This record gives sequence, structure tokens and C-alpha cells, in this order.
Amino acid sequence: MNENVLEMHNIEKQFNGVPVLKKMNFSLKKGEVHALLGGNGAGKSTLMKILNGVYTKDAGQIRIDGQEADLHSVEDAHKKGIAMIYQEFSLLPAMSVAENIYITREWKKGGLIDDRKNMKKAEELLKWLEIDNIDPRVAVESLDVGYWQMVEIAKALSQDAKILVMDEPTSSLSKTETKALFKVIRQLKEKGISIIYISHRMAEVFEICDRVTILRDGINVATVESRDTTMEEIIDKMLDAAAKTSFERVERNFEQSGDPVLRVRDFAYGNKLADVSFDLYPGEILGLAGLMGSGRTELVESIFGIRRNWTGEVVVRGEPVKSKKDAMNKGIALVPEDRRQEGLILQHSIKSNFMLPSVRQMRKGFLIDDKKGADISREYIEKLSIKADSIKQMAMLLSGGNQQKIVLGKWLARGPRVLILDEPTIGVDVAAKAEILRIIRQLADEGVAVLMISSELSELVAACDRILVLYNRTVNKELSGREIESEEVLHHAIQGL
Amino acid sequence: MQSKVSSRRSFEWRNYIVYFVFIGVFLFFLFSIGDSGFLKPSNLLSIVRTTTMTTLIAVAMTFTIAAGEFDLSVGATAAFGAIFAALAIQATGNAFIGILAGLAGGALVGAANGALVAGLGIPSFIVTVGMQMVVRGADMWLTNTKPVIIGDAAFNNIFGQASIGPVPVLVIWTAAALLIGHVVLKKTSYGREVLATGANRVAAEFSGISTKKVKFMVMLVIGIVAAISGMLSAGLMQTARSTIGEGGIELNAIAAAILGGAALSGGKGSIIGTVVASLLIGVINNGIVIMGLNIAQQYMVTGAIIILAIAFGEKRKKV
Repeated sequence: MNENVLEMHNIEKQFNGVPVLKKMNFSLKKGEVHALLGGNGAGKSTLMKILNGVYTKDAGQIRIDGQEADLHSVEDAHKKGIAMIYQEFSLLPAMSVAENIYITREWKKGGLIDDRKNMKKAEELLKWLEIDNIDPRVAVESLDVGYWQMVEIAKALSQDAKILVMDEPTSSLSKTETKALFKVIRQLKEKGISIIYISHRMAEVFEICDRVTILRDGINVATVESRDTTMEEIIDKMLDAAAKTSFERVERNFEQSGDPVLRVRDFAYGNKLADVSFDLYPGEILGLAGLMGSGRTELVESIFGIRRNWTGEVVVRGEPVKSKKDAMNKGIALVPEDRRQEGLILQHSIKSNFMLPSVRQMRKGFLIDDKKGADISREYIEKLSIKADSIKQMAMLLSGGNQQKIVLGKWLARGPRVLILDEPTIGVDVAAKAEILRIIRQLADEGVAVLMISSELSELVAACDRILVLYNRTVNKELSGREIESEEVLHHAIQGL
Repeated sequence: MQSKVSSRRSFEWRNYIVYFVFIGVFLFFLFSIGDSGFLKPSNLLSIVRTTTMTTLIAVAMTFTIAAGEFDLSVGATAAFGAIFAALAIQATGNAFIGILAGLAGGALVGAANGALVAGLGIPSFIVTVGMQMVVRGADMWLTNTKPVIIGDAAFNNIFGQASIGPVPVLVIWTAAALLIGHVVLKKTSYGREVLATGANRVAAEFSGISTKKVKFMVMLVIGIVAAISGMLSAGLMQTARSTIGEGGIELNAIAAAILGGAALSGGKGSIIGTVVASLLIGVINNGIVIMGLNIAQQYMVTGAIIILAIAFGEKRKKV
């Protein structure tokens, strides 16, 4: 029993009275790679944040090496040998690999940093991990991003970490980089380091993980040896009976007719996407499914003209799209993935957010026509039932759902023909989610062509007439009509099955 | 394996632009006015001497900029430190107490800036623009805008007047700033923490660095260094005045730090580059005077060279 380096017993956590973890149990053996699976909101990240000292548990017990541990801060967790491997943002790009590994704990001689010793130590550490292709002298920014993570791992191990948490470690890696990372993970296992591996990529989970724990609704549904289970079994356990019914699929009587409003042909983007071709018809809701890092966002941002280094054809009603301005003039609108960074100017008022994309149309002579802006804002606050005190209220002060409706509204005010939505319901409460889906359907009924990205497959199932699945750099599968009926099918499709 | 992983640090000539410009300008003056006294050792030493004040502040400014902040109050703080020292010497007749008082004056302003920037999170640009006025006002108030004579020979010798053999003490101050600054920035944990804080504050916090403390420290230290710089000026003239540090010393120091390789956005800086850049500005001013141009033309040429050097040195970023 005491081969467990980590035991988490009956962990409970609530946010604003909503239970996120309910008597959660989890254990980790020495030298094992343990996958943590579950849909959005299943409690994975909350559990890991508790382990990492970011959140404090409401109830329950954490034992590390059999000793009860109190984790109140990231430092507490560090001291107990727990390290979270971030993909990139905790490194200092301009500094060398060795400087990054030993930052704040540099080797010194006579009070001064001993560069040579730091290099040598870093070299030894990398060698021990059998990471033989990183020179500790080079700046981190000159490494391919895939290798940044290995520097993070080395940094964690230099602090005697025994438990590493990796969150979607391969989502931005190429195949070779993934292979290299797995080699390092196997090394770590051999050295007795335990790894909690969070990923949505089942093939990888089966390749690298010893055990699998499936979370759903804040409880541990099952912990199984990965060789004793199958992907079907896991997907089945991940799907929540309640969630399946919460977004009922609404059949629309949509039929493709006339010419497509958007045509994409032979689209390629770097090493992320190739040979992507599809059509989008007026009044259609087309879903775009795929794993994180499958190139979904790159595709839609290219269509909208924000990204430039792609090849292929993007045509709206017979004319190629030349730039982002041109895309807007041709009636394309993009509700971006990151509402707070890309969607809104948070410290500006609701009204000025509404006016932003149409400010050139709202003019009286040289001056901005404030009245028109106010009218439009009121109109869409009404139409989208946005809850706000006044149109002068700062966007920052609204809830996620209402913020998202403003982003939606600011584009609807332009009367788009092609509405692209990138994760339109991320960080939005359930009621607002249902409402946003209803608005999307209504727009499609009015003839707007909708292209919608979502990681919440239940949402795609509920809303889409047709779904394209991105896998292995291209449209691997197209589902329509009856094929969309179950979330299982979609789950398999995004895993490449 | 493939990719750039095994490449050594490649030579980024942009990082060394200041050295090329320095050599270019120096050679230009060498050939045009080399025989008009430019090359005389006494002239070269005087270049170093006239830039000492700026150099000291520029070295401290490199740390401040590397940590992602600015200090525009250094000119007023220099006068503040000098006035504190002069008044303390007048009152006690003791040079040592005078020096302590001067340093304390600088520390007072630096700590106030630091508390506002690190503690309250107000942008240093705003804090120090305001602080510059407050302190300059205090300078005038403390002195009634009249010069304060410093009669202590020891003080005047340490800060500016003495020579050790042929080497003026101001040259030694410059060398000390270069050496200490360089070692602290490149060879101590404090230096690393400063660079890390300016490069990526979140990452620095995640690496266990208290970035608030770092920001407080860079503001405190530059206040103290500004006071030393002011005492140098006062020692050289045997007088402290409320006008010490007027005429854009803070902007010259920032220009020197940036020319020397510091990134305006923080996270990068080179003390050697900064000192060379500060000397470069001195060389240009000196050469132009010898060439017989007037102060108006001197300003224009210096400004143009700074812009050109930075334009060539900066990596242009896309939006």
C-alpha cells in the first residue's frame, strides 16, 4: 500500500456554493505515469490546483509518502516535491537553458554566480535525463518550443521534484517532439519519478500511461490499468448522462441550396494544416471539431484574414478574401476564442465595445455619431437579453455570458453573412450557454452561415447541421444528419478513429 | 536530432551596435580633429570626467530599465543628495556625516519611488515625473535657490577634485561603476532576478522571485546612485546648487542604457554597453566643441546619432 507516493482522500471543494469536487479519491504510485481524463468541468484542473497549492481544499486529506501534507501555497507544494510543468510561460526566453534551470538557486563561488559550474550541473542533469540535444548555453528562445517543456522538466527535477503534473503536454508539439518527450517521460519513470498526465489524446494515453483515472462531475468514476481497458470504455465513462441531455439536439430543417457563401480549397498552414477544403452554405451551422492544437483556431483566423502565412483559396461569394478589412467588408465576422484578450476592450464601456468594429460606419461628418452607437447598443442589449446597468458600464464588470453576448452583438451589428465562432461558450454558465446556442440557431434561420468551433462536443451535437473533424492536419471526417446524433461518434472521430 | 537545438549562441551584431558606432565616431574625430587636441590624454580624460555623473546614473538606470521601470526623477534627486551633504557639512563640519546625509537623501527619494511603484503598482513613469517636481521644489526650498558652499577639502577631493597620480578621481568613479554594475548584473542572483522580473514578471514570480521586492530595490538603488552623482557634481564645484542635474541628465542616462543594449520593455541590459554609450555621448559633445560648432548644433548632432544608432540596433517587431 505504501508504494503510493501520493494519496488524495475524499477531497472536497466548492466555489460559491457549487461543489466542484465531491469526495474525490486519487492515488499515484512511485514511478508510474497516471492519466487524468474527463470532460470540461469534470474537476481535473481544480484537483491539480489543490495538489499544487493554488487552491486550498475544503475537506479531505492529502498524503505524500504516507505523511499528511498541508498544501497552502505553490511553495508548500514545491517543498513536498510536487511540480507543475507549464508549457512555456514560466521560462525566461532571453536567458540560457542553464540560467533558467537554476534561477534563484544558482551555484556560487565566493558569493558570485559561478557560470561554469551552472553550465556543468545543467549539462549533467540533462545527460541524466538523456536529453542529449539541448545545449545548456543557448538561450531558451533559440530552442524549438517543443524543447521548452524539457527545460521545465529539468528545472523541476533540479528542485528534487518527485511528482510532475503535465497538462496537455503535447498539444503544441510536432510528432518528433512528442516522441522525444515520451522518451524523457520513460526515463523519468525509470528514475522513480511519478507523473500525472492530463490529456484528451487517447492514443497517447494508451501509449505512455500505466493507469487511467476518469473524472466526471467532481467524482472519480474509475481508476483502471490502461492495458485492461479500451478507448470505448473510457469514453463511455467520461460521458455524463445528465450532460448528454442538457443540450438537446434541435433538428433544423436546413438544406444546402444555391451557391456556398464561403469556399475553402486546399488550405495549408505551416505544419499544422494541409489540404483543408470545405464549403459553407447560407443558413447552415457547420461545426469544426478537433483536439487542442489541431489547427482549428489557425484555420478560422486565416479565413478572417488575421493570419497571413497560409496557402490555398478562401473565397466568399466568388471573390477571394485579401485581408482582414476585406474579410469584414465581405461580411465575415469572427468571435474569437479569448474573450478577455481578443474579444473585448475590458476597461471600455459596453457602448464603445459595440461600436468598435463599425466605428467607420457610425459617423456624422468627421465625428463619431454617439447617438447611433447608443441606439445600436440598446438594440442588441435588448435582442440578446444582455444584463447590464447601462450602456456606459465597463465591460469588465459583466459576467462571462453577458460579455460573450457583447462580442457576439458587436459583430451582429455589422450584419454578417458568415459568422465564425471560436469556442463561443467557454467560461460561460449553463443558462447562458443554452441561450447562446439558441441565438446561433436563430441567426442561421435568418440565413447567416455559421462556422463554429467547440471543444464541448455536446454543444456541436446539439447545434450543428454538419461537423468537420480536424485530425492529423486535415479534415479527417465529415459528419452530417443522423451521424451526428451521438457524442460517442464525435469522440471517436476527434481521436482519429 | 534535427532543429536548432544544438546551435551555439550566434553573434547578434545588433547587440553590439554601440561599440561599432563608438569606434566609427572616434575614428571620424581622430582623422578630422586628431591634431587639434582631441587625442591629447588630458582631453580624453576630460571626456571621461565630464560624463561621470551621467555614467553613474546610466549604470543604475540600466538595472531599473532591465527590471521594466524608469526613473525620471534622478536629476532632482542628484541635487537633493548634494544639498543634504552640503547642509550637513555646514552644520557639523564633518565630511563623513555629510556623505551619509547625502546617501540618506538619495535613499529617501528612492524608497518613496519604490514604495509607490512596487507597493501601490503605479507606473514608474508617472511616479517619477511627479517625484521629479516634488524633489526639485524641495531642492529650491532647502537652499532658497542659493548655492551652498562646501568648504571641506576631504569631501571635495573624494567627490571630484583629486587625482591619483595622473588619473582623476572621477575616472576611478566611472571605472568603479562599470565594474560593480557589471558584476552585480551578470554575476549575482540579484542581477538575475532583476533581468527575470523585467523579462517576464509572471514567470519570475513562478520561479520564486519576489518581483515587488526587486522593483522596490531598483528604485531605491537608483535614488542612492543619483545622490552620489549629485555629490560628485557638488564636490567638483565645491558647491551644492538646486540646479544640479538639470538639462536632461535622466534622458541622457536612459539613452545611454538603451544604446548600450537595454530593451525598453525590460529584461535585457549591458553595463559595459551603457558605459560605452555614455562615453560616446561625451566624445560627440567634446569633438563637436573642438570642431567649433556651437551648442545648438551639438544638441542636434547628438540627438540624431542617438536615434540612428537605436534605429539600427532595435529589432523591428511586427504588431
